[in-house]
Amino acid sequence: MDFVLQVLLTFDMSIRLSVALLLACLAGLFSERAGVVDIGLEGKMLIAAFFAAVVSFETGNVWLGVLAGCAASLTFSMIHAVASITYQGNQLISGVAVNFLASGLTVVMGNAWYKKGGQTPTLTEGGRFYDITLPFADFFQSIPLPGPIYSELISGHKSIVYLAYLAVPLAWWVLYRTRFGLRLRAVGENPASVDTAGISVVRMRYSALIIAGILCGIAGAYLSTAQAAGFGKEMTAGRGFIALAALIFAKWRPFQAMGACLLFGFLEAISNLYPNIDVFGLFTIPVQFTQAMPFIMTVVILAGFVGKAIPPRAVGEPYVKER
Amino acid sequence: MNAMPRWADIILVPFINLILAFFVAGLVVLAIGENPFDMIYFMVKGALGSTSGIGFTLYYATNYIFTGLAVAVAFHARLFNIGGEGQAGIAGIGVAIVLLAFDWPHWTIAMPFAIIGGAAFGALWAAIPGYLQAKRGSHIVVTTIMFNFIGAALLGYLLNGILKNPDLQNAESRAFPTGAHLPTFHEMLAPLGIEFSKSAPANVSFIFALICAVAVYFLLWRTRLGYEIRSFGHNERAATYAGISSVKVIIVAMLISGGLAGMLAINVVMGEQERLIASFVEGAGFVGIAVALMGRSHPFGIVLAALLFGMLNQGGFELLWEMPAISKEMVLVIQALSILFTGALDNMVRVPLERMFLRMKKGAA
Repeated sequence: MDFVLQVLLTFDMSIRLSVALLLACLAGLFSERAGVVDIGLEGKMLIAAFFAAVVSFETGNVWLGVLAGCAASLTFSMIHAVASITYQGNQLISGVAVNFLASGLTVVMGNAWYKKGGQTPTLTEGGRFYDITLPFADFFQSIPLPGPIYSELISGHKSIVYLAYLAVPLAWWVLYRTRFGLRLRAVGENPASVDTAGISVVRMRYSALIIAGILCGIAGAYLSTAQAAGFGKEMTAGRGFIALAALIFAKWRPFQAMGACLLFGFLEAISNLYPNIDVFGLFTIPVQFTQAMPFIMTVVILAGFVGKAIPPRAVGEPYVKER
Repeated sequence: MNAMPRWADIILVPFINLILAFFVAGLVVLAIGENPFDMIYFMVKGALGSTSGIGFTLYYATNYIFTGLAVAVAFHARLFNIGGEGQAGIAGIGVAIVLLAFDWPHWTIAMPFAIIGGAAFGALWAAIPGYLQAKRGSHIVVTTIMFNFIGAALLGYLLNGILKNPDLQNAESRAFPTGAHLPTFHEMLAPLGIEFSKSAPANVSFIFALICAVAVYFLLWRTRLGYEIRSFGHNERAATYAGISSVKVIIVAMLISGGLAGMLAINVVMGEQERLIASFVEGAGFVGIAVALMGRSHPFGIVLAALLFGMLNQGGFELLWEMPAISKEMVLVIQALSILFTGALDNMVRVPLERMFLRMKKGAA
């Protein structure tokens, strides 16, 4: 029983750690499916985490914080959009700039306002998210195996966790079952043909980046108001890039993205809970290896040694209308 | 089509971009209730006001010349090497292994070997993504990003394992032998009767960086290989048709790029720290992107841009004393805005300027 509980707690932590990854990954999904490379996921999450923490602290209302986070992330997403869609600049360079800008601005503003080296004050009562206990969780607790799975694993998360997992089927439905989704995917594969059909490529790509901005905003808000209780310098810690890796790992598909984010969340949980794993006394798996696993696995997938990840065909190229 | 004269292309456009970046950065400073002109004054004073300030400026500039050249060489082959950070980190391992292997008698002997060690490790870390792009079709940007993280994990693992100094709590290597000490500007200039700050870390690597800049110029514009790299970057299909091997260009360009990024370890690990620590690159790999963009991927422009960013970095540290309300991360904001305006939003300035020059041409004719 002790072992089962430990496994359950590890999975529980995996779910908590996968949420920000999942939301950022879905953001990247919309953006890249529309043909815009988004290596600025990290920066958008970071600026959102900061503003979510600041507004939650100042107003004491965590939902206002989430809104502020979304607004900040959306602003950054629009910088990326103006540079890479309107001015047809290099999308990678624009993404790098967004990441840098977020790293710098969050610390400069945080330090100017709170004088704590970039940290924001700890969020309390009402300013952050708390665990929700689903109905009958206590009742199920007493039932041997499925009981704890429901009461420990599925119940007892923050509302954003459920929101993030509901976003997956929603993203799938939008992308594969709506006219908007069909056009969005077409813009990422062959923008010229979409243009010929009389649909504005620019408008489709802007829409994709608006969605990406909002999703990254929720992801960032989750980090600072649910996973932690306040903003800390560089608190995204490479999660935007892990999300990018997950997106490639999932070959740009929503349900697979969820699987990849859960897997990478699980790896992070493992590295937190069991830093150095002793394998039957033969050798030790160092914590650095577990931490690097998402990136190693992505390189292997990208190189086509196991399966093959083929990105949307027009990704990364600015669309220039022929005259 | 050359709508603009050459001087406008290489001087005017970057200059306007830079002004825009500084203008927006100034707005940020105003927003937090400080005076942007005071900030610039204190930053310039901190960077150039004393030989110590100049020494730190040149030390940072040395790093940025290396990483800027690294990004530029890859840019010429139309490859975006975003992995300078990881390549420099891995090169640090190479430099440390070489310097810890022998009790080096003199730096003139140790330096060439350390350069070989660093360059080999950095080049290898760049060549793997290069190979994967050339042979397996995986995008170089994504793989180099992934390799930054894998490299950081590897460095952390080795510094907590076989490279760790067992006498210390921290994850760092043993100190290098004293014979491997690189002469600082203080030591180089003292015999000439010039007083230079003892505390500043600028060392002989700065001169090596300038040599590398000249070498990169010759490589790109005066050799057959450079011609192949540039023609591949201009038009991949035409280059392939002309018999240039894409696999060779991609891998060789990445080898050179990674080797150059690795030279940062000579300046920092060998020249300043004199031991290997985990976080010695400190974002210089990414600053290289800004430097290469602003320097228009030309070695001369890169040296100028590196000096500017070196000044910014050193000036940013000085702000800590003069204007504590502005943290040194303000430098990151300025760097980010420079990347944004010179790199991504370049067309915002270029297109209207081109139109203006075209109109002037028509008016003159």
